[in-house]
Amino acid sequence: MIPAAFDYEVAESAEHAIALLGEREDAKLLAGGHSLLPAMKLRLARPSALIDIGRVSELSYIREDGDHIAIGALTRHREVRDNALLRAQCPIVSHTAGLIGDPQVRHRGTIGGSLAHGDPASDLPAVILALEAELVVRGSGGERTVPASEFFTGVFQTAVGPAELLTEIRVPKLGSTGWSYVKMSRRAQDWATVAVAAVVERSNGSLGKAAIGLTNMGGTPLRATAAEEAIAGGSSIEDAVKLIPQGTDPPSDHAASSDFRLHLSTVLGRRALEEAAAR
Amino acid sequence: MRRVALSVNGTRHELDVEPRDLLVYVLRERLGLTGTTVGCDTSSCGSCTVLVNGESVKSCTMLGVQADGLELTTIEGLARNGELHPVQQAFHEHHALQCGYCTPGMVLAAVSLIEAGEATDEDAIREGLEGNLCRCTGYHNIVQAVSAAAGVS
Ligand SMILES: Cc1cc2nc3c(=O)[nH]c(=O)nc-3n(C[C@H](O)[C@H](O)[C@H](O)COP(=O)(O)OP(=O)(O)OC[C@H]3O[C@@H](n4cnc5c(N)ncnc54)[C@H](O)[C@@H]3O)c2cc1C
Ligand code: FES
Ligand code: FES
Repeated sequence: MIPAAFDYEVAESAEHAIALLGEREDAKLLAGGHSLLPAMKLRLARPSALIDIGRVSELSYIREDGDHIAIGALTRHREVRDNALLRAQCPIVSHTAGLIGDPQVRHRGTIGGSLAHGDPASDLPAVILALEAELVVRGSGGERTVPASEFFTGVFQTAVGPAELLTEIRVPKLGSTGWSYVKMSRRAQDWATVAVAAVVERSNGSLGKAAIGLTNMGGTPLRATAAEEAIAGGSSIEDAVKLIPQGTDPPSDHAASSDFRLHLSTVLGRRALEEAAAR
Repeated sequence: MRRVALSVNGTRHELDVEPRDLLVYVLRERLGLTGTTVGCDTSSCGSCTVLVNGESVKSCTMLGVQADGLELTTIEGLARNGELHPVQQAFHEHHALQCGYCTPGMVLAAVSLIEAGEATDEDAIREGLEGNLCRCTGYHNIVQAVSAAAGVS
């Protein structure tokens, strides 16, 4: 399968990429290409031009920045998984990047591409949501910061405008906060049938506050708000996870029915919360 | 058309490619390196795996233009002076192939895994080869071969 013909430009820098985007309608950024190229081969996507940001090395970094860790959008899953700073300060992101696809996919795919693609079945979005991370988006008019809660706007849609670039992801330092990301898929290498991210604060051995992110339970990654409120109100994990399906609308597809996903979210939610509480 | 310079198995090639030409077809059809096979053409099976700057990559999911200036290794480039690469030799000794279609990708994925220091035990090897499917289902001997080449039992 061969993509439809397109023009190809190599961006030398973030600024250059934004300038090139402004020049052409219907141009798309190409990062690792591991979501975009499969879609183009199936002709589900037919951009008239690709702007290759894969060589913009200034956007590939992981560094400490005050109370958070800043991750450049072009950082590949492999580096996110292996980076010592991130593993120490916000291990849920490294752990999750290590569950994406297979080694070949992790050698090419980027964290920015994973988030900007807006696929509700992708793993990192639910984690970013549960972490209440911030995303830095740059356009010709300058830079803005978008909270994760406002970033995912629909199926394959995000707050990144057509002439904008996601440049950085800011995740909190977790300190003693417990965390877990539990993913269930039908086959090795596969996308999540459902996955649950949990980030929990503990006080005196019991759960104080929990943030729960859901993968593939609707058109966007979701927070399990009702379950989170139950935990804040003192509910047990067992009772709280019964509320995880509230407000979700999971798809039915070859991997699972919607009903099975509703059930699975409670099972994985319990595992994630228990693991996070113990970690 | 766009001019690219590819270093493939240590030899530099300059050629004009269309932006939409997938790396696997540049290798197979333009450079005649047909050891890299196309199994699924949908990023799933890993038979098209090559090394890009030493790391395993599915060449059906990369454009030729994206490889401009990078170092590529295909299965043809592994043997040195007529001597098989240790992973190739281990595949031979452990009968790690049946029809052989998945083998080039399997070998290169294993080389990448071993060089990254990630082939630490049998479980890690099985996990590390999850991007490569063997339609003949010869996984047992493949894992034995990679374990032997990695020096783990
Ligand atoms: C076999 C296979 C298995 C996979 N399994 C999983 C999995 O289990 N879990 C998972 O989460 N993902 C999985 N993926 C997807 C993978 O993680 C992709 O790498 C990722 O979704 C997209 O990142 P990319 O860098 O490849 O982006 P690209 O494919 O290059 O781009 C994707 C989209 O995002 C846009 N974009 C990219 N970067 C930016 C940016 N900085 N700013 C604005 N827009 C941008 C592009 O224009 C495009 O629309 C899999 C992919 C494959 C091929
Ligand atoms: S042919 Fe490339 S992954 Fe199957
Ligand atoms: S040996 Fe036949 S596909 Fe693996």
